[in-house]
Amino acid sequence: MKVRAQIGMVLNLDKCIGCHTCSVTCKNVWTSRDGVEYAWFNNVETKPGIGYPKDWENQKRWNGGWTRTKSGKLHPKQGAKWRILANIFGNPDLPEIDDFYEPFDFDYDHLKSAPEMDAFPTARPRSRITGERMEKIEWGPNWEEILGGEFSKRSKDYNFEGIQKEIYGEYENTFMMYLPRLCEHCLNPTCVAACPSGAIYKREEDGIVLIDQDKCRGWRMCVSACPYKKIYYNWESGKSEKCTFCYPRIESGLPTVCSETCVGRIRYLGVMLYDADKIQQAASVENEQELYNAQLGVFLDPNDPEVQAAAREEGIPEAWINSAIKSPVWKMAMDWKIAFPLHPEYRTLPMVWYIPPLSPIQNAAEAGAISSKNNMPDVKSLRIPVKYLANMLTAGDEAPVVTALERMLAMRAYMRAKTIDGVVDHGIAKQVGLTPLEIEDMYKIMAIADYEDRFVVPTTHREQVEDAYDMRGGCGFTDGNGCSTGSSGKKMFGSRKFVVPTGGAR
Amino acid sequence: MNEFLFGIYPYIALTVLAVGSIVRYERDPFTWKSSSSQLLRRKQLILGSVLFHVGVLAIFGGHLVGLLTPLSVWHALGVPSSVKQIIAIVLGGTAGIAMLAGGLMLAHRRLFDARIRARSSFADTAVLLMLLVQVILGLMTIIVSLGHLDGEEMTKFMRWAGGIFTLDGNAASYIEDVNILFKLHIFFGLTIFLVFPFTRLVHMLSAPVRYLWRPGYQIVRTRKGKKL
Repeated sequence: MKVRAQIGMVLNLDKCIGCHTCSVTCKNVWTSRDGVEYAWFNNVETKPGIGYPKDWENQKRWNGGWTRTKSGKLHPKQGAKWRILANIFGNPDLPEIDDFYEPFDFDYDHLKSAPEMDAFPTARPRSRITGERMEKIEWGPNWEEILGGEFSKRSKDYNFEGIQKEIYGEYENTFMMYLPRLCEHCLNPTCVAACPSGAIYKREEDGIVLIDQDKCRGWRMCVSACPYKKIYYNWESGKSEKCTFCYPRIESGLPTVCSETCVGRIRYLGVMLYDADKIQQAASVENEQELYNAQLGVFLDPNDPEVQAAAREEGIPEAWINSAIKSPVWKMAMDWKIAFPLHPEYRTLPMVWYIPPLSPIQNAAEAGAISSKNNMPDVKSLRIPVKYLANMLTAGDEAPVVTALERMLAMRAYMRAKTIDGVVDHGIAKQVGLTPLEIEDMYKIMAIADYEDRFVVPTTHREQVEDAYDMRGGCGFTDGNGCSTGSSGKKMFGSRKFVVPTGGAR
Repeated sequence: MNEFLFGIYPYIALTVLAVGSIVRYERDPFTWKSSSSQLLRRKQLILGSVLFHVGVLAIFGGHLVGLLTPLSVWHALGVPSSVKQIIAIVLGGTAGIAMLAGGLMLAHRRLFDARIRARSSFADTAVLLMLLVQVILGLMTIIVSLGHLDGEEMTKFMRWAGGIFTLDGNAASYIEDVNILFKLHIFFGLTIFLVFPFTRLVHMLSAPVRYLWRPGYQIVRTRKGKKL
């Protein structure tokens, strides 16, 4: 047993209102720079839809994630090491920027500088790559917002596999949900594996996956390796960039920017202890539908004294073990089994998990006729097909998703009975395999969702890894040479540094 | 003039190449990259880039082996100069044509694709055009070489290159009377060495072959156990 700790995240899709606050705050903090205007470390997609970049879930096209060979070994789907090197001159699996979207700005200046004309002046789009006029914007990070576009295009969504999808194009049967996406900070990341320079790494102490900007040579294999397409090539700096899980905040015990600013309070952060020795075995189980359970088997119970002893042996600080015991992520993933990994079939063992959304009962006319026990409707009659959620969260296995949805319905029924009728209904709890105490804890964490219940993030013990005396007078987060200001003056070696946005017309 | 261009200039170029690369790697590692533009435009890139790179690698290896392996080694292997020259012409010519074809595709893309053009630095365009001129000069020398297939002319270059690396003060004199095309080709080659550290060419020094024997796939970094 080799115990490691990771800060995991859970997103409660049942409460996501699709406001994009997470995306916008993330962009303001991390990607408001030249070369990454097109990059959204966090974006919110409307499902069903093909998403951003286009069709990202279709690994037959993009070859992201892992492949299991007949002998049970894993290698990146785009190829083993020699194959990746052979493709280094031209990567056949790399999306083009148009698959994300061509970044643009508007001619705002024209609004105030236009001469007197018959028509109102307008601010027309202009490409941020070429600086030329763009007549038409073709795609964006939330192009299918609230079911925008024709069903025939949106229904290419990979999660419709095995579903008679035509009826969901009809107005009466239509359904939608939001899916906020960020880097999964996987236990078995393909991006790390595919980087020929060895520039991408997972941090042992908190599981955050980062790209060493000084070691990255821009071979761009990580972009195609990541099945979630959450690594972005900065076309200005020539280096890859990705979600950093706001590590400077996490290290100080603060939630990530996307979590902090979520107005729906859908995001949860907590420590998960896991057994690093079990990762390979869990990621290579043969049956894709077993992968979800295999990943559950990698996590270690922080209440187990043996695990605690092993964690201390590994030098995991006491505060981290205590946080793991209080972790909302552990409760949702392991105790209540209501959160699931996104596309476990990619074999990356992702660490950003999702609680599937409930949805209205599909056909109001039938509402009286559908089976219901204890005032709980059958989850099969919910508007979002269970199979669709299962394709997204459990490689198509419906049983765990059904259990999760039932538990969420049970929580509502139980609390309704308790607060309105004043009755504690043990039957409801029992029916879904929970105790009344557990249901009330679920209610406290999921419905009330207090700040300190959502975010249980211990601080990093920096005093153990660096001498503060050497750091005095140092600079904060910079790129390149020492305390470089990042100004874009002429550089001997030709390349421009990160440009600090100066505001105004650029 | 000959003495400067082929006796002194090579040392200037090689010194700038070595020192410049080390300084850049040490002082400004953030700029050390391949500068791929595939994300912005895939068209023409894959075929052009593969042809170009495979051609360059073959030619680079050929020059290295061909110029710096002493003549006695070739003779010991039973390869007379005339045969060696024919091998060089056939292999070098094929690789040169691949590089030229790929390079023309890349240059067309770089000069005429709006996105790539807007995002190219002066050095990006200049170094590509320099390499193209160099491969054309190289291919033209083949025409000259076809005039004397005995391999004697070629041995002059081998002695010159060997002389440069063994600090032979007379190295420049060995190639004093060769065709102007060869001289241009050599001068241009040395100039590419000279500008090397200031361009994206540095990415060839980090060709990631070590990836092949990197143990396993995953990389984990820790800050624990660092001595305070």
